[in-house]
Amino acid sequence: MIELDARRLMCPMPVIKTQNAIKPLLPGDKLRVFCTDPGVLQDIPAWCRINKHTVLLAEERDGEYILTIEVGNE
Amino acid sequence: MATQRKAVALISGGLDSLLAAKVMLEQGIHVEGINFYTGFCVEGHTHAIRKKDKAKPKRNNALWSAEQLGIKLHIIDIIEEYKQVLLNPKHGYGANMNPCLDCKIFMVGKAKEWAVENGFDFIITGEVIGQRPMSQRKDTMPVISAESGADDLLLRPLCAQNLPETKPEREGWVNRAELHGFSGRTRKPQMALAEKFGFDDYAQPAGGCCFLTDKSYSVKLTDLWASRGKRDYELDDIMLLKVGRHIRPKPGFKLIIAREEGENNFLQGYKKQFITLMTMSHKGPLTLLDGEASEEDLQLAAQIVARFSQGREAQSVDVQIAEKGVNKLITVKPLAAEGILPAWRV
Repeated sequence: MIELDARRLMCPMPVIKTQNAIKPLLPGDKLRVFCTDPGVLQDIPAWCRINKHTVLLAEERDGEYILTIEVGNE
Repeated sequence: MATQRKAVALISGGLDSLLAAKVMLEQGIHVEGINFYTGFCVEGHTHAIRKKDKAKPKRNNALWSAEQLGIKLHIIDIIEEYKQVLLNPKHGYGANMNPCLDCKIFMVGKAKEWAVENGFDFIITGEVIGQRPMSQRKDTMPVISAESGADDLLLRPLCAQNLPETKPEREGWVNRAELHGFSGRTRKPQMALAEKFGFDDYAQPAGGCCFLTDKSYSVKLTDLWASRGKRDYELDDIMLLKVGRHIRPKPGFKLIIAREEGENNFLQGYKKQFITLMTMSHKGPLTLLDGEASEEDLQLAAQIVARFSQGREAQSVDVQIAEKGVNKLITVKPLAAEGILPAWRV
């Protein structure tokens, strides 16, 4: 599991960081993104849907938003 | 079998770029979107920091557009490179600090680079002749094509019939007869086309999609440069211009005072980088002090902060000043309402 720190960044920066972190990964790899902007709960899943990745888990913990993503086939 | 041609579409999140991309998809073109983040984009959630805005549905309209179209969207961070566009625009500024023509040239140029790197054949935008006073005029459209380096690989599907043929039209990659001849500021043709395509929840930002077109924001930006004696910025600088009341009682420092809870929470994230002031005896906003302040300045700053607290009519208010992990408490008399000079408000 690869972890990405996108705390204190406002959207769309966490989406851009996620996109760039996924680029070198292979299908089936997993990425966990840590954010503080609640907007990621909308934007990262939207970005994942259009790019055929899967959000396995989106949770709020101690004021942070943590998304676990499985890289898709495209 | 004919080769399927590929176009990269500049997707802002507004209706025009959505329609332009859809017109291409209807012609069987493979379309992928590209969206540039300058730091000044109204898109994203920077406009929804305030708590009062949180009730509104939040979405990134560029992502929403891509999802409606069923296309991929590539979001590109151009914050650093964009500084040269904003600081030295060859074609100057619009009504405020908006370098719209240089911005469009830069973005189309970046899209051209992306298209070459990724094996795409041409570039499309949602531009319409006469839609915008600076960048979308009949005389500036050829300037964008030429100076971006895109030349005749730049196609504007919504107004193509009013412009010379581009390579995608000449080569038969797209059918010019099925493109459009929109012009002017009216939105009716776009709205009719949106209805035809079944788009109904599209974004129509009143002030465009860039903070640089906003007068109040532009004033804050020029004040920032004047106070620092140089025209430059970091992402944090331009983010903070979107938040709070900005009060500059002296040339050397400025106060950024949260206006409500959402902004208070946002400013919390900057506590380690700035001197902060917070009223302790009464409820009040979190305030950042940007710049250099003497003891006398801190006293004045605390009086101003007290003015914006619930202790504004009290004889004395305790204010905590925090700098680099060291807190000190001072007691001040809040400044009178008339003590906040209009010239201080940025």
